[in-house]
Amino acid sequence: MICLGIEGTAHTISVGIVKERNKKCKVLSNIIKIYRPEQGGIHPREAANHHALYVADIIKQSVDKAGVDFSEVDLVAFSKGPGLGPCLRTAATAARALSLSINKPIIGVNHCVAHLEIGRGTLDDCIDPVLLYTSGANTQVIAFAEGRYRVFGETLDIGIGNCIDKFGRTVGLDFPCGPAIEKLALKGKKYFNLPYSIKGMDIAFSGLLTAAEQYYNNKEKLEDICYSIQETTFAALTEVTERAMAHTEKREVLLGGGVAANKRLREMVKIMANERDASFFVPAQDLCIDNGAMIAWLGVLMNNSGIRMKVENSFIDQRFRTDMVDVTWRD
Amino acid sequence: MIEKIIYQGAEAKICVSKYMNFDVVKKRRIKKGYRIKQIDNSLISTRTKEETKLMTEARQAGVSIPIIYDVDLQNGIITMEYLKGKRIKDILNFIDEKERMYICKKIGESIAKFHNNNIIHGDITTSNMILLDDKIHFFDFGLGEINSEVEAKGVDLHVLMEAIESTHSKYSNCFKYVLEGYKKELKQDANQIIKKIQDIVKRGRYR
Repeated sequence: MICLGIEGTAHTISVGIVKERNKKCKVLSNIIKIYRPEQGGIHPREAANHHALYVADIIKQSVDKAGVDFSEVDLVAFSKGPGLGPCLRTAATAARALSLSINKPIIGVNHCVAHLEIGRGTLDDCIDPVLLYTSGANTQVIAFAEGRYRVFGETLDIGIGNCIDKFGRTVGLDFPCGPAIEKLALKGKKYFNLPYSIKGMDIAFSGLLTAAEQYYNNKEKLEDICYSIQETTFAALTEVTERAMAHTEKREVLLGGGVAANKRLREMVKIMANERDASFFVPAQDLCIDNGAMIAWLGVLMNNSGIRMKVENSFIDQRFRTDMVDVTWRD
Repeated sequence: MIEKIIYQGAEAKICVSKYMNFDVVKKRRIKKGYRIKQIDNSLISTRTKEETKLMTEARQAGVSIPIIYDVDLQNGIITMEYLKGKRIKDILNFIDEKERMYICKKIGESIAKFHNNNIIHGDITTSNMILLDDKIHFFDFGLGEINSEVEAKGVDLHVLMEAIESTHSKYSNCFKYVLEGYKKELKQDANQIIKKIQDIVKRGRYR
């Protein structure tokens, strides 16, 4: 089965094509285009305009790259949610138009679950992981339990990427600020105390953000503040992930989301996994960030387990929670 | 002294040992290689200290808590009574509805007792409770604090609600029973706190 997936939950419009072979996922193409605002953060309408402008071209690029003909595509998947309404609608509209014009079925999938499934689908031995999903908007610790992907821990206020971006913008960096802050943090030596806020397996960042901004206003060295932000937030993320692993008695950890590109975060989660004799997994970089291939792969899994959707029912859902998905493709 | 590890959690190892001829468990917080020394040392010693303090206060509030024999702040070790009972997490899915209701109400009553004294547990899950001699014993106060605010008590209960939803999802009445017991024993207006839990749920993303 060959599936084409369209991702458009936030700043990224992406089209990926995957093929199923022996229950594993082979990515044939994964074209990603990211909307970058000239200044400030994401404006939902402008992001949607960006997606509308490029989506047709990206579909074509993706098909060309994969070397398949539209007639060979068996299924069209799209990101049903969660995300920004205008962006979701643009991607869904493109998916409906494509589905109708090539006369192939459509299926809407959950973006967060897709981040987890692409790890299981593309990595050998990644079978039943706890996912630490860290991106701009999302910070969740997700694992499979009793028929659903359940959120064991999540942010109580802002996503980790959002926290980093907000600090970055305060100090005059361009969006997305993660890579610049990672670079600055490498030069930091002095650790400033920052709030370390964990409630059970949940986590909060807004107090830390305010405190970090205060250090900046007090003219402390930016490199040291960046270092302190990363060390504190990533330690807390690693700790809640480990708590979820202990709680669910799982022995695999998987990273996903844009912040998973950060080398220090990877290193910390890897050390944690080694210390408790667990396996550590991280998908290829283009499958970690928002991408169409993961949407396509989840479409395949859902379709194979018998789920069908009609074009007239292919709604989007801005608040589509991870644990609302009935996981019919796993025991 | 031969020490046998009976449980390894995320942040501590629990081993069985002897202390002045008593059977005891030692909770030893583990140094984490992933975090820098400044964070590691400070988390280990403050959590050990807070936990000991809160356990003592919760005991005074009338909640069943293991007796503390010894505390080593530097190495993060608490030596306490060995409770030879059953974890609530391991039994809750395997008992009948009547018994489940009885246990959940008792859990709620105990939480109310420490909330009456502004003790916030910080990590109320069914893994952190042991049933022994018809009493629910609470431990693992490592993320706790003293806080009188409705917000803190709401967050405390919200943690338990999430734990029940994820670990005992087939028995969704559990949390309702907990709240019944909680209401009965709480000295302040419980509805205010229950309303807070709903606010916290809505605050979560995509609710």
